[in-house]
Amino acid sequence: MIKPESEVSLSNFIREAEGSLRILGGGTRPLGLGTGEALTTSGLSGISLYEPGALTIVAGAGTPLVEIEAALEAKNQRLPFEPMLGHAVFGTTGESTIGGVVAANVSGPRRIQAGACRDSLIGVRFVDGRGDIVKNGGRVMKNVTGYDLVKLMCGAFGTLGVLSEVAFKVLPGVEAVMTVEIAGLDDNAAVTAMSAALGSPFEVSGAAHDPDMGVTMLRIEGFMASVAYRAAELSKLLASFGDVSLNEATNWVAVRDAWKFIDGDGDLWRISVKPSDGMRVGLALGGAKLLYDWGGGLVWAEVAEGTDVRGALVEIAGHCTLIRGIGSGPVFEPPTGALAAVTDGLRKQFDPRGILNPGLMR
Amino acid sequence: MQMPVPDFHILNRKAEIVTRLQEVLPMDAVIHEPNETRVYECDALTAYKCPPLAAVLPRNTQEVSAVLKVCYEIGVPVVPRGSGTSLAGGALPTMDCVILGVARLNNVIETNYADRYIRVQSGRTNLSVTGAVEVEDFFYAPDPSSQLACAIAGNIAMNSGGAHCLKYGVTTNNLLGVTMVMMDGTVTEVGGPYLDAGGLDLLGLICGSEGQLGVVTEATLRILRKPEGARPALIGFASNEVAGACVSEIIKAGVLPVAIEFMDRRVLEVVEKHAKAGYPECEALLIIEVEGSEAEIDMQLGLIRQIAATHHPVDFRESKSEEESAAIWLGRKSAFGAMGQINDYMCLDGTIPVSELSYVLKRIGELSDQYGLGVGNVFHAGDGNMHPLILFDANKEGDLDLCEAMGAEILKLCVEVGGCLTGEHGVGVEKRDLMYAQFDPIDMEAQLRVKDVFDPSWLLNPSKVFPLNVTETRRSARY
Repeated sequence: MIKPESEVSLSNFIREAEGSLRILGGGTRPLGLGTGEALTTSGLSGISLYEPGALTIVAGAGTPLVEIEAALEAKNQRLPFEPMLGHAVFGTTGESTIGGVVAANVSGPRRIQAGACRDSLIGVRFVDGRGDIVKNGGRVMKNVTGYDLVKLMCGAFGTLGVLSEVAFKVLPGVEAVMTVEIAGLDDNAAVTAMSAALGSPFEVSGAAHDPDMGVTMLRIEGFMASVAYRAAELSKLLASFGDVSLNEATNWVAVRDAWKFIDGDGDLWRISVKPSDGMRVGLALGGAKLLYDWGGGLVWAEVAEGTDVRGALVEIAGHCTLIRGIGSGPVFEPPTGALAAVTDGLRKQFDPRGILNPGLMR
Repeated sequence: MQMPVPDFHILNRKAEIVTRLQEVLPMDAVIHEPNETRVYECDALTAYKCPPLAAVLPRNTQEVSAVLKVCYEIGVPVVPRGSGTSLAGGALPTMDCVILGVARLNNVIETNYADRYIRVQSGRTNLSVTGAVEVEDFFYAPDPSSQLACAIAGNIAMNSGGAHCLKYGVTTNNLLGVTMVMMDGTVTEVGGPYLDAGGLDLLGLICGSEGQLGVVTEATLRILRKPEGARPALIGFASNEVAGACVSEIIKAGVLPVAIEFMDRRVLEVVEKHAKAGYPECEALLIIEVEGSEAEIDMQLGLIRQIAATHHPVDFRESKSEEESAAIWLGRKSAFGAMGQINDYMCLDGTIPVSELSYVLKRIGELSDQYGLGVGNVFHAGDGNMHPLILFDANKEGDLDLCEAMGAEILKLCVEVGGCLTGEHGVGVEKRDLMYAQFDPIDMEAQLRVKDVFDPSWLLNPSKVFPLNVTETRRSARY
């Protein structure tokens, strides 16, 4: 495995590479078929700048996520988008890196309120397929200078360049967390209840439903007194849906990391739809093991091996990614029409030799 | 400021081009008489003017597609225009271009409260998006000061921000999907009402691309439920530096106001006369707004008051009524207009790390003395997005040049301390030639390659964003 220790050596290596490269951070989210020589960014590690008063942090792409989170926690701050860890669903070990989080645009339950990884990312440095070191964005929250390649790189799975450094806008941590739970709702009622909660003024920062546990969870975070007030108001609002209770200890990490799918068999899919379409997904995949997050907008579905999930959901707008298993069709949702041509064009421009993660996002 | 030499082949073919456009649009949608095209000769950067070859006002995506197809076939540059409120000259025409105005694309297509989005045609004004969902107590968060007039199309082109984006983010964070017409007339859907789209984040790339990648005709926007309440407080300080330090302390303390706005004495005096907002007399004023229930607001403002107290404010006032709150914001939002009544000014838009506020304000003061031009500061302090207003006399020979030179120095200063040239207005023509201060040639080349993919013939708003010498080969390749 190649492990460059500096941006310059990363650049030199890519410039001189003769074959395909399989780009890795910590290798905790092996999505799709990587081919070629393995190249890890884990040598580009360390926080280079952290200004709590400006709510910004800058780090090498190979910096372990835990290191970033620990540094932020020490100043009572956090990454707004609550990145999930892939260990449970992918069955991997090792350290998730911040660059990997960016490359896969990884977010967690708070995405529904605070936006995805791409919304907090404010700057990148990367080495493109030519070996050129490119920077875009910076370390300030508002920046419209030139094209936003920051967003383009986020979620590009290393196909346009290898990230060397990333910068984020962070947020203050919170004093208290409370979850309003509703028991016994069917998927339809659960999604309706989550929509009502997310359309309330009480700033819900997580909205998930686990049909097997029969619980719908709505998270409130903030200053202690404020959380107590909003949780009480939200409980009143949702009382008509069913049996409402307050839980201070709801396991949101289990929701975030989709623990219920650990060691499962069959194919695991991650499906992104309009929240109110969540229940239609469940219905269309009858018999699947399900977990709803993002108010219904993110559906984790474990189905029998080889199930044609995209075929079953053809009437529903959105996209599917095969996380684990044999699946049916490509791992990533393939772009169509004019977007396919644009995607192809961008890949050719940033990686003319087609050596960066060539098998991914196709 | 330099613009490319107009293409004589195109100027000579004006009659033919107008006829071709009239074939695909209603008669009144093609504007070509010289006395009528003058309306489109500039945007809000009024220092530069140039009437276009023609202007078109299509009503829907199909008409936009038809227009672009005609222009693509003949090779006519197209400059898209929202409401023409760009402070950066984003919609400034060239003599050989067709202005594509989206003013007639102003319908609401769909509102969905369960999924919290609205789909509109892109010519709809920013404030009227909120207007369409207010009945259900929802709102569209990005709120540029020009929100009464500016169009969603322009907001998307420039990735506009506003006073409240410290909490809610800017346009790109509130945009879910677009219908976009490519330069060759191809209509494409990017993103949609779901949270994440598959494939590369092309939506993120399109937002903020200053109308150079495609023409957005429809947009799906995230709407939010209005908070239970909101209340601004005014804090006056004896100096700019102390006010800047207080901003940093508030953010560090874990309170996240929806907005922290800053005005210095020069701006305050003018605004107070104009809007009578009841601002205290001081060197620097912060407007800090927090949201939530009454009790939550009290608690947050209590914390802010404690922090402010350690910086010895000369005044601390909470709004006591809806009317007072409205007056406070009216003052802030009319600041640019009020300054315009007393003087010509150039409005800058650099962003800096919040920790550098005091230093940069001090340096701007020094530059003001050095150049002999007054500066008023009014800006979004919470996110470091500065708006120094450099005062000059447009009728005085050489004053505009002096003002631009001073502006360039301030923007370079922003970049030097770790910031950027523009936080929310865009590069346009105004900051085009300063791009080298922020980007190496390689950084810029990566961006040009993106345009090569979307618009290989370089016809869409081609003379903006990048220095002309950098784009010359590409622009001239089309002939």
